[in-house]
Amino acid sequence: MAEERLRIVASLIRTTRDWDLAEDAVADAAERALMTWPRDGVPRNPAAWLTTTAQRRALDVIRRAGTERTKLAELGAEQELEEQGEEAAVDHGVVADDRLRLVFTCCHPALAMEARVALTLKVVAGLSTEAVARMFLVGEATMSQRLLRAKKRVANAGIPYKVPEAADLPERLDGVLAVVYLVFTQGYAGAAAPELAEEAIRLGRLLVDLMPDEDEVRALLALMLAQHARRDARLVDGELVTLEHQDRSLWDREAVAEALSLTMPPGRLPGPYRLQAELALTHLRAKHADDTDWRRIVQLYERLLDQHPSPVISLNRAIAVGMAESPAAGLLLLDNLAEHPALQGLHLLPAARADLLARAGRTEEALAEADRAIALAPTEQERRQLGMWRDGLG
Amino acid sequence: MKFLMLVSLDPSRDESDTDLTGTLEIEDWVTKYDDAGVRLLGNQVRMAEDATSVTRREGKLLVTDGPYAESREWIVGFDVLECADLDEAIKVAAEHPMAVDGRLELRPFVE
Repeated sequence: MAEERLRIVASLIRTTRDWDLAEDAVADAAERALMTWPRDGVPRNPAAWLTTTAQRRALDVIRRAGTERTKLAELGAEQELEEQGEEAAVDHGVVADDRLRLVFTCCHPALAMEARVALTLKVVAGLSTEAVARMFLVGEATMSQRLLRAKKRVANAGIPYKVPEAADLPERLDGVLAVVYLVFTQGYAGAAAPELAEEAIRLGRLLVDLMPDEDEVRALLALMLAQHARRDARLVDGELVTLEHQDRSLWDREAVAEALSLTMPPGRLPGPYRLQAELALTHLRAKHADDTDWRRIVQLYERLLDQHPSPVISLNRAIAVGMAESPAAGLLLLDNLAEHPALQGLHLLPAARADLLARAGRTEEALAEADRAIALAPTEQERRQLGMWRDGLG
Repeated sequence: MKFLMLVSLDPSRDESDTDLTGTLEIEDWVTKYDDAGVRLLGNQVRMAEDATSVTRREGKLLVTDGPYAESREWIVGFDVLECADLDEAIKVAAEHPMAVDGRLELRPFVE
């Protein structure tokens, strides 16, 4: 039903250019199905039934709309809707394009990020306005207004309903992936909406389905699945558990298997999501923390740094070198980062130093760094976690 | 659809960034999009000190020198573009040298 909803909404938006009408017509058709199917039996082709019913409903509304009618007639919406019989309804070739058009339109760079996320969740994922409002921690009426403004802006700013040209595709695709990944990370940012992570994964699967040849799309899904697979192991009794100490039997095997199956087709150059996915997958492949292929992880961080220099990635690479070679080698690299302005005032550097110093057996120094890290940690949870680790050092 | 493209200076711009990759010389940009039927009209306009504001308040005509809002001080030109949609207008604007030396704003016509 959810999949059919998206197909029908996407094609109705193309023919009518009226987002609310499209969503209302489909909701109306679904309601009718709930009323009539139990009574009359499920039609031979439920998808075609839903499509035709929604199209008829849209047509009724357009015909009754009076003043708006001339404008819509200009677009040929009426004619096109009338011509679309049951045959067109099951011709998924065209409709698949409509779903992609809808995704790229909802994630257009001329929309504010917040509007992109809200539109994608509401129109593509099919969440209720109330559910989207909850994600943004605003009231339903406020979100309803924001969605209305976003839809108006699509029409008024001249945002086209199309898949970008090949030349613009990589950049525009990045924008789409950023929206999906933001929804995913929101699911983990607060305890407020863990279902958002599942919603993002569903969106990820849809994108893989629509763009099977785009490796960054596959990589994003793999990355999300790899992180999501560890959800039951990373939080035990309200405390965060680091990867090293997680009970790997708690990892979601199905999610792990799906993530591992989303490998890169041969002959491609890995993009940023692929490199991040490979990092996560390398951890997933290790049966025990001691089996982790740290040399591979060092390589992956180095390739990420080539593409996108960042002090946090440098820090992670230093930790990985500390694991792959020796704590001393990692500490040496961390020393190079000590003066980096972006890391000042953060707990990341002292926490990393504390960990490698402890591994090197330099307990006194490790304790001092741990105290610095605790003083700088941004959340109570992280302070507690570091505190417990510190107490474990003796 | 038609777009009014406002060409402005950007006082907060990093002057050391002179990377003109992807843009055309202004004369070439004008020729290219005049010939393509995209640029319908356009010109440079004089700076704020030569602007005149005209308003009617309670029936009384008020003419003052200078721009009517601070942001208007920086407008140095405009073009009227005929494009299929926003994506095409963004492409056209992205090739304008003032995308580097200033900022461009696309305003769709209401009708």
